[in-house]
Amino acid sequence: MTELRQRTAREPDGPPEDKESESEAKVDGETASDSESRAEASPPLIPADDTPEVLNRAFSSLSSRWKNWWVRGILTLAMIAFFFVIIYLGPLVLMIIVMCVQIKCFHEIITIGYNVYHSYDLPWFRTLSWYFLLCVNYFFYGETVTDYFFTLVQREEPLRILSKYHRFISFTLYLTGFCMFVLSLVKKHYRLQFYMFGWTHVTLLIVVTQSHLVIHNLFEGMIWFIVPISCVICNDIMAYMFGFFFGRTPLIKLSPKKTWEGFIGGFFATVVFGLLLSYVMSGYRCFVCPVEYNNDTNSFTVDCEPSDLFRLQEYVIPGVIQSIIGWKIVRMYPFQIHSIALSTFASLIGPFGGFFASGFKRAFKIKDFANTIPGHGGIMDRFDCQYLMATFVNVYIASFIRGPNPSKLIQQFLTLRPDQQLHIFNTLKSHLTDKGMLTAAAEDE
Amino acid sequence: MLELRHRGGCPGPGGAVAPPPREGEAAGGDHETESTSDKETDIDDRYGDLDSRTDSDIPEIPPSSDRTPEILKKALSGLSSRWKNWWIRGILTLTMISLFFLIIYMGSFMLMLLVLGIQVKCFHEIITIGYRVYRSYDLPWFRTLSWYFLLCVNYFFYGETVADYFATFVQREEQLQFLIRYHRFISFALYLAGFCMFVLSLVKKHYRLQFYMFAWTHVTLLITVTQSHLVIQNLFEGMIWFLVPISSVICNDITAYLFGFFFGRTPLIKLSPKKTWEGFIGGFFSTVVFGFIAAYVLSKYQYFVCPVEYRSDVNSFVTECEPSELFRLQSYSLPPFLKAVLRRETVSLYPFQIHSIALSTFASLIGPFGGFFASGFKRAFKIKDFANTIPGHGGIMDRFDCQYLMATFVHVYITSFIRGPNPSKVLQQLLVLQPEQQLNIYKTLKSHLIEKGILQPTLKV
Repeated sequence: MTELRQRTAREPDGPPEDKESESEAKVDGETASDSESRAEASPPLIPADDTPEVLNRAFSSLSSRWKNWWVRGILTLAMIAFFFVIIYLGPLVLMIIVMCVQIKCFHEIITIGYNVYHSYDLPWFRTLSWYFLLCVNYFFYGETVTDYFFTLVQREEPLRILSKYHRFISFTLYLTGFCMFVLSLVKKHYRLQFYMFGWTHVTLLIVVTQSHLVIHNLFEGMIWFIVPISCVICNDIMAYMFGFFFGRTPLIKLSPKKTWEGFIGGFFATVVFGLLLSYVMSGYRCFVCPVEYNNDTNSFTVDCEPSDLFRLQEYVIPGVIQSIIGWKIVRMYPFQIHSIALSTFASLIGPFGGFFASGFKRAFKIKDFANTIPGHGGIMDRFDCQYLMATFVNVYIASFIRGPNPSKLIQQFLTLRPDQQLHIFNTLKSHLTDKGMLTAAAEDE
Repeated sequence: MLELRHRGGCPGPGGAVAPPPREGEAAGGDHETESTSDKETDIDDRYGDLDSRTDSDIPEIPPSSDRTPEILKKALSGLSSRWKNWWIRGILTLTMISLFFLIIYMGSFMLMLLVLGIQVKCFHEIITIGYRVYRSYDLPWFRTLSWYFLLCVNYFFYGETVADYFATFVQREEQLQFLIRYHRFISFALYLAGFCMFVLSLVKKHYRLQFYMFAWTHVTLLITVTQSHLVIQNLFEGMIWFLVPISSVICNDITAYLFGFFFGRTPLIKLSPKKTWEGFIGGFFSTVVFGFIAAYVLSKYQYFVCPVEYRSDVNSFVTECEPSELFRLQSYSLPPFLKAVLRRETVSLYPFQIHSIALSTFASLIGPFGGFFASGFKRAFKIKDFANTIPGHGGIMDRFDCQYLMATFVHVYITSFIRGPNPSKVLQQLLVLQPEQQLNIYKTLKSHLIEKGILQPTLKV
C-alpha cells in the first residue's frame, strides 16, 4: 500500500503518468514498460542506447533525426554484408547461424514473458525453459537433420543410438522436465507458473519449428533459403522506401506507419526482385544443388546435375505481353515461376507476421523485443516478417516440388520385414515393367 | 484515476489489493475507467492484474449447477449425502465402462469417432475455461476463430496419418485425392486465413486479451488434438495398443483410489492432498498385474491384435491377419529365484506381455503426473472441475487428465521399439518418385535382397 501512495504522490508529467496510473494494485511489480520507466528518469519509453561509441562520435554533428536514419542505414548494410559472408562460408555455417538466431529469439521472447509476469524469481523456471528448448531441438534434429548425416551417424555407435531412438530419448527428457515442472509448483504462484509454462511452449512452437523448417529448406538447396529470405528483406526495404516517398493512405491501425502505397509498391518491387535474383542464382550449382554430406571428404558438398527446375526453358509469351515487349519467346528457369509465388507470399502475407509482432508489442507495452541491434531493436524485430515465410516455403516444397527423399526411403525399406520387402520389391518391379522402364534384358544386369 | 482511488480505498485480505466484488466489477470497471485519460492502459492493466496477482487474490469462478439426472436423485434420496455421492460416482463409473465395452464391440471406426468426439469436447471445455478466466466471452470473432483453428489442425493431421489407411478409398474419388495429396498446402492456407483474420480482428483496447486467447487456443490444440491423433494412430496399429494403455490408466486410477481408501496414510504431494503413497505403490503393483493379465487375454484374439485395414471390396474396416511374433506364445525360461517360487522351468508368454509391463509401469508412475498437472491447473484457475458433463465426476477432461501423456508414450514406444515404417506408405512414396530414381532404388533393393538371400538370382523367366 505504501508503494501505491508513493506513486500517486509523485505526479510526473507527460508519459510517465499513465505508467503510474496503471500500477495501482500491483504489489509484485510493474509491466515491462513500467520497469523501464523506473530505470531511466527520462525519457521513459526509449530503451538504453546501445549504439557503439564510434558511430556516436562520427555522427555527433548531425541532427538527431538524420543520425537515427544513418545508424539504421549503416546497420542494415552491415547485416546484409554479414549475410553475404555467411552464404560464402557455406551451408554448415548457415546452419549454425540459424541455430544461434533461434536461441536468441527464444531468449528474447522468454525474457519478455518474465517481465510481463514478474516471474524472474520463480524457482526452476529459467532452467526449465532452456531445458525444454534443448529437448525440442534434439527431437527435431533426430527427425530431420540426421537423415542428411546418415553415413556419418552410422559409423559412430553412440550417435547411431542417439539417432535411432531419438523420439524415445527426447520424449523421456521432455517428461523429466514435465515432472520437474509439476513438482516445482509453489502454492501461491500456480497461475504464474502455468502461464510461464504456456508461454514457453508457444514460444517453442513458434521459434523452434520455424528454424528447423528453415534448415530443412536449406538442405533442399541454398536457393530455397536465400530467395525467400531476400524477398522478405527486400519487401521490408521497398515498402519502406515507397511509403517514405509516396505514402499517403494508412494501411492498418496496428502499424500507423504502413501505407497502401508502400504495400503495393513493395509487392511489385519484390516480385521483380525475386525474378531477377532467381535468374542470377539458378545459374550456379552451389546454390541449386541439394546439400549433401560427403563422408569421404567429411564435409558438405553441393555438386549435382541441376534438376529440371534449374534448366533454361523457352516459354511463349502470351499475345498481350508480346505486343508490349516485342519478343516472341523468353528463356527462363522454371524456378523463376515458383519465385513469383514465393515473392507474392512474402509481400502479401509476410507483413501480417509484422502486424502480429506489432500487436504483440502493443499488447505487452514494449517498444522493441530487445536491444541487440542498435537502431533496429532485437533479433525478433528483424525476423518477425520471416515467421510464416519459412513454413510456407517448406509446405510449398513438400507439396509441389520435391517428392520423397530416395535415400530415406531406402533406409525405411531396409528396416521392414523380409516378406514385406519382397512384396514391395515385386510391386515396384511390375510397376516399372508396366512403364517400360524395365525390360527383360535389363533384368539380368 | 477514479478506479485507482476506488481500489486504493478498499484493501483486500492479506495485504493484497483485491476487492471482493471483483466479479461484478468486471463490467462496471470498464465504465469507470472510461473517464480516465488513458483508457487503454487502464483496461489493459486489469489484465495486468490477472498476470501478476498472487493466487489468493483471484476470485473463485462459481461452480456450475448440479446436473445429476432426476432419476438417480430419486432413487438415492433415502441415503445420506455422503453415500449418495459415492453411489452416483460408482454408477457413473460402471456406465462409462459399459459404454466403453459397447463401443469396442462396435468396432474401430466407432472408436475413432468416439476419440474425435472426446477431443472436440475436451477442446471446448478448456477453451471455455479460458474465456471465463479472461472474461473474454464477448471478444469479436474469437469463438469462431478457435473452432476454425481446431478444424484446420484436424484436417492437417488427418491428411498426415489417417489418409494412408484409407488409401484405397481415397484413390477412387478425385476430389478426395486432391484434398489428401495437397493437404499440407491447403491446411496451411486455411490456417493462414485464420491467422490473418486474427490480426485484422485485433481491437485497440483488447490486444493483450486477444493474444492470450490466441496462445490459449494454440496450447489447447497442442495438448488435445495431437494426443487424440496419436491415439487414433495407435488404434490403427491394433486395437490392443489402444485398449491396454487406456485400461491400465483407468485401473491405476481405481486401484490407487481403493488402496488409498483402505490403507492410505502418508500424503503423496501437496498438490493433491487426497493422494497417498500407499495408494500410489499399491496402484502400481495392481496395474502391472492387471496389464499383464489383460494383455494375455486380449492377445489371443485376432480382432484386437491385427492392424486395422480398410478393405475397399467390403467397404469397411477389417482386422484380419497373421498375428505377428509379438502375439504368438513363446516359452521363456524363468530366472532361478522365480523357478523356486513357481516350481516351473519355463513359462509361456506372449512377448507383448513384456511390453505391457512397460506400458503399465508408465501408466502408474508417470500417468499420475498428468493428473497432478490438471490439479495444479484447476487450483491455479480456481475451478473445482473442468466442466459438469458427467455427474459426480466433472467434465470429460477430468476423466482424461491422466491419459494425456499415455497416448504419446505409447506412440513413441511403438515407433521406437515395435513397428518399423508402414509398408504401404513406403510403397506409395516409391511410386511417386521420378522413374530414374525408381530404377536406381530398384537396383539397390535387388542387390540387397539377393545378398540377404531373400531373392534368388533369377534365371531367364
